[in-house]
Amino acid sequence: MATLNPPLAAPGSGVGRSVLRRLGESSALPILAVVAVLILVWYAGAVLLNWQTEGDRLVSAGAPYTGLDHVLATWSAKRPVLPAPHQIAVELWTSIATVRPTSPRSLLFHAWVTLSSTLVGFAIGTGLGILLAVGIVHSRVLDKSLMPWIIASQTVPILAVAPMVIVVLGNLQITGLLPKAVISTYLSFFPVTVGMLKGLRSPDVMHLDLMHTYSASRAQILGKLRLPAALPFLFASMKVAIAAALVGAIVAELPTGAVAGLGARLLAGSYYGQTAMIWAALVAASVMAGLLVWIVGRAEQIVLRRTGGRA
Amino acid sequence: MSALAPSPVISASALNLIFQTGDAPVQALKDIDLTVSRGEFVSFIGPSGCGKTTLLRVIADLETPTSGTISVNGMTPDEARRARAYGYVFQAAALYPWRTIEKNVALPLEVMDYPRAQQRERVAAFLDLVGLSGFGRKYPWQLSGGMQQRASIARALAFDPDLLLMDEPFGALDEIVRDHLNAELLKLWAKTKKTVIFVTHSIPEAVFLSTRIVVMSPRPGRIHEIIDCDLGPDRPLEIRETPEFLAIAHRVREGLRAGHSYE
Repeated sequence: MATLNPPLAAPGSGVGRSVLRRLGESSALPILAVVAVLILVWYAGAVLLNWQTEGDRLVSAGAPYTGLDHVLATWSAKRPVLPAPHQIAVELWTSIATVRPTSPRSLLFHAWVTLSSTLVGFAIGTGLGILLAVGIVHSRVLDKSLMPWIIASQTVPILAVAPMVIVVLGNLQITGLLPKAVISTYLSFFPVTVGMLKGLRSPDVMHLDLMHTYSASRAQILGKLRLPAALPFLFASMKVAIAAALVGAIVAELPTGAVAGLGARLLAGSYYGQTAMIWAALVAASVMAGLLVWIVGRAEQIVLRRTGGRA
Repeated sequence: MSALAPSPVISASALNLIFQTGDAPVQALKDIDLTVSRGEFVSFIGPSGCGKTTLLRVIADLETPTSGTISVNGMTPDEARRARAYGYVFQAAALYPWRTIEKNVALPLEVMDYPRAQQRERVAAFLDLVGLSGFGRKYPWQLSGGMQQRASIARALAFDPDLLLMDEPFGALDEIVRDHLNAELLKLWAKTKKTVIFVTHSIPEAVFLSTRIVVMSPRPGRIHEIIDCDLGPDRPLEIRETPEFLAIAHRVREGLRAGHSYE
């Protein structure tokens, strides 16, 4: 035991320890641990899933090989069933850093194509969601007549709706960004409608009675009470909506044989058996989703702090 | 009525209010007759369920009576509300959390389209009146409960309403703050000459503040007794130990007990 202790007590180890402690306190350590485990599992998965095909290839090559050769081969296959993490990293690097961002071979180019229709669809969807919620709050008729349709719209699988929308709009000579944005809108208006409805109805009775004693108009109650009270709900639902808008844009790129966008990239990857390309596109999509949600969260912080939030 | 008699601000007769609830109708108010003159400070006191808040809400046009008549300044409560006769102070301060204190006080002025300059003037004047000058830029959560309620009183007074309706405004505050605000409220009443209707379940509070005390009893909510409270305009907090004060408090307590006994 005593022989194990000296390295820990050696001069200079205090620095390493304090770094570790800081990692533990900042909750970075558990996150890193999970990432490490995931990467290990991934490498193991790559061995399992690529074992057969790489074995066949090695056999047909004829040269003698060891078990280690076989394992290493599963991590560097040309057309792996599951590419190893470093292969995806290489694919990301080459498709982002080694080509111009405007080139169709650049992942950034495709990400931008998807991002642009995501943002357009999200903006329209948020606007539409707010309008619907405002209408529904003020009219029983709209509540009764629209709500069932709004809910029904979300029970239809988006994969079934997307091709029809694109074909119909294509017939009307509407192509490119807009049909994809329509799908994003379709997915993103719903959480905003539901969240805003909840938010517009959130003021308590006292706050409403107060407006009543001032004999405030409906527009004044909306502008001075309901909308500000709904802001936290709006931001929460916008976080859901922007992620949904991104999914909508990618899904819209799948059935149309789109040549650009992350969806097109997924499709191309599966046509040519380029699994690394698929995974790179997926990584790009999730990084983008994370960034978009983060941006909405930042906007939320700024707006709510300016309107009396304690944060 | 002679020209010298104070004109009634509120006159209610044979008011009834029945709430239709799920199982059985509930008579919230029964045969209420009440006249309040200009400049009076009238308290409604009674146990919970006696309809004191409901009566206040009927006056403010927040509830509609099932039968009977009520007029405010010779108008219906609805017309009076449209004429902006009511400054209402709730049990909680009910400040809008996304507005600063000065913006909260300016809220009724914005709703009523006061010009900007006048808004600023009034906000400053009424914040000063309730002793909150210098706190205008704070948000409600940065203030204590007592200060929040003072801000809500400033908000109620900012548009110079005829009537100040207060629904247990100090009920949620501790005794020391409550005493302080009671004294402040009396000063405010003397300065502004408003007619005040004040709902409370505290006997000393009612006696200390009021010119008349309406004792109510529950199920159905009705007026048991109206007690004059003629302690004069000058009431230091020490008045609560005088025999006159205690005599009135005793009458109120007796009234509350009697109102309770024949359920």
